[in-house]
Amino acid sequence: MINLKINNIDVRVPEGATILEAANKAGLWIPTLCKHPDLGPTAACGICVVKIKGAKNMVRACASPAEEGMEVTTHDPELVRVRRTTLEMILSNHPNECLTCARNGTCELQDLAEEFSVRERLLPPIVPDISTDDSTRTIVLDPRKCIKCGRCVTVCQQKQDVWALSFLERGLETRIAPAGDIGLGDSPCIRCGQCSAHCPVGAIYEYDETARIWEALQYPKKYCVVQIAPAVRVSLGEAFGREPGENLTGQIYSALRRMGFDAVFDTNFGADVTIMEEAAEFVERIKQGNGSLPLITTCCPSWVDFMEKYHSDMMEHFSSCKSPHAIIGTLSKTYYADKMGLDPKDVFTVSIMPCTSKKYEITRSSSMFASGLQDVDVSITTREFSRMVRQDGLIIEQLNADEKPDSILGEYSGAGTIFGASGGVMEAALRTAQYQITGDENAELEFKEIRGLQGVKVMETKVGDKNIRVAVAHGLGNVETVLNEVRAALRQGQESPYHFVEVMACPGGCVGGGGQAWKVDNKIREKRIEGLYRDDRKQRIRRSYQNTSIRRLYEDFLNEPLSAKAKELLHTSYTARPQYQR
Amino acid sequence: MAKTKQQLSPIEIAAKKYARYRDPLIMVLHEIQTTRGYIPREAAFEIAKLLNVPLARIYEVITFYNYFRLKSPGKAVISVCTGTACHLKGADKLVKEFSEELDIEPGQTTDDGLFHLQSVRCVGCCGLAPVVVINEKTYGKLQPSQVPHVIAEWKEKFETETADAAS
Ligand code: SF4
Ligand code: SF4
Ligand code: SF4
Ligand code: FES
Ligand code: FES
Repeated sequence: MINLKINNIDVRVPEGATILEAANKAGLWIPTLCKHPDLGPTAACGICVVKIKGAKNMVRACASPAEEGMEVTTHDPELVRVRRTTLEMILSNHPNECLTCARNGTCELQDLAEEFSVRERLLPPIVPDISTDDSTRTIVLDPRKCIKCGRCVTVCQQKQDVWALSFLERGLETRIAPAGDIGLGDSPCIRCGQCSAHCPVGAIYEYDETARIWEALQYPKKYCVVQIAPAVRVSLGEAFGREPGENLTGQIYSALRRMGFDAVFDTNFGADVTIMEEAAEFVERIKQGNGSLPLITTCCPSWVDFMEKYHSDMMEHFSSCKSPHAIIGTLSKTYYADKMGLDPKDVFTVSIMPCTSKKYEITRSSSMFASGLQDVDVSITTREFSRMVRQDGLIIEQLNADEKPDSILGEYSGAGTIFGASGGVMEAALRTAQYQITGDENAELEFKEIRGLQGVKVMETKVGDKNIRVAVAHGLGNVETVLNEVRAALRQGQESPYHFVEVMACPGGCVGGGGQAWKVDNKIREKRIEGLYRDDRKQRIRRSYQNTSIRRLYEDFLNEPLSAKAKELLHTSYTARPQYQR
Repeated sequence: MAKTKQQLSPIEIAAKKYARYRDPLIMVLHEIQTTRGYIPREAAFEIAKLLNVPLARIYEVITFYNYFRLKSPGKAVISVCTGTACHLKGADKLVKEFSEELDIEPGQTTDDGLFHLQSVRCVGCCGLAPVVVINEKTYGKLQPSQVPHVIAEWKEKFETETADAAS
């Protein structure tokens, strides 16, 4: 441990802690801009400067280690002046476009300009002439607004291991772009949106499709159907000043009805369907024996895209089951439309997702048109939805917290709701697979070892007389080690070290998705995760196969998991894809 | 069967040559830049594969250093070596001669896009100083008086190529 004094306050921090961390521990607030709590320092902006007694120069608190006996000053008139000057330098290269910016009201640079009373701009800013890039149709890059903090590049290269984004040129010319100034849509980008979730300013944001929804809602002939993903309910409130993790399921259903949706469904029900199919696949593969294992989950389209571009040798281990939201889309235009006597052509399906990648998933292959039409018409993110709520004049406090979803694609089990957290898909699948293998209705319900934020989580559990070994990874940079262990074993004809592998692209799983409320760190992710497990504990039914709407779906329509009809409607296939289109 | 030296691409040869370096990327890029006058996209893809470096990293390096170019600067890239040995043997006279004959400064391309002139550091065959490399052809012990001749030779080459393409 190290002892130092910050503004005359004694602080003790572990060896290796930065001055910034020490100051936070002492309850002091130093402004930062380029530093993100998830990432190491790039020391690019200079806003966090502090003074150290006896040192000639000011140092950057985010990148300087705390040392024994140090005496640090974090605030005095001179530091305020230096920080303000630094800020003005940054602003001299930043466009004056707050009014039309995607981050208006949530921008970290805007916050600082406000904090430091910047009231005039002496010279018009010098802004590079670079056009926006919306070629992925999921996220939009506006490099003119980039302050070159490096967060997105670090996330894309180090955390996600995708290497789609890079810093090209240097000095004033530095800009974010894929290799060789191609569109991001032609690059290896897997559309996870983590770059946007980490960007402090309006340089990377979601591709907004709310206008298409308003249009459909006012068109009388359209029968508008909507679904919300698990992770949305525990993050939406943040945009309205609520605590992360607060569960607003009822309020969201109620808001959607007021907006004019004809049917309000829940992706959690789709998750229960996914589990029925995936657990059946798992049981089948266990019967087939070693070579066919592990089974790897596929509900995350960014992970699917990553695998198709970087790990296509593992394709045969991929679950063919579609993701929950794709399943609700298909069933809305088949099963539900049938029951209601609707012409599927009139059904307009919207999904509200924590995810930018779902915008891509809805057209990724021909199986996304299993109903004969595009199964999900529009997919929007939590952030887009929060704006729709405000545009519609809705006030969270006045919405009904006990509102229920519509039958027959709405009722969900606790297993469905935990899909939004890393480890949740695995836990949900095990709850049903155990029953399918042993017939035991009261087997283990909670698998705490695979919950939480650790990058790779492994567990061994007994199902019947078999030991089942599972691995859970989130953040794509954590996937390779798991896959390599599997590859090595299979190559030598040995049993795979894991029977079942779950992967989600985003840190923490979908709760940390690229389309969730802005300004996230692990503390917030944890609260969202806890919100989902709370929802799970609250449910009377916590195993997918016990959900009566699920039973009805199979009795009335699908017959049984992996039936011909289930395969036709609810399953998909994969194909190796080039990393670069150009 | 292992590939013989002839079957290896220039990039494979360069990658082999610098394999022991801690950061072979810069060396390989440098070699491509000197011989080709720019880094074609296919070359970048090949380097990415051979050195197992992400393409994004390669473009970060290429765009970071002014030395590297992404566009073909001209059909014939004239690289006059100004390394120590060549300098002592009068490389600057060669630069001046090319400059005057083509009416461009080093770093520029002729209006017809045919010739690009640049001076480069030691190209590694000092025994032949002064050295000029044009695309992949090396001219050793070149005298300023031979310069008009060399230019004519390349012009003629381009003319036959155009004629062939037309017929
Ligand atoms: S969306 Fe994901 S893969 Fe694409 S550039 Fe951003 S971080 Fe990289
Ligand atoms: S785009 Fe955003 S995250 Fe990326 S370097 Fe620029 S300001 Fe930072
Ligand atoms: S982890 Fe969830 S939010 Fe992130 S890309 Fe995958 S599906 Fe989307
Ligand atoms: S926050 Fe420390 S240098 Fe930017
Ligand atoms: S100095 Fe010209 S080849 Fe070495």
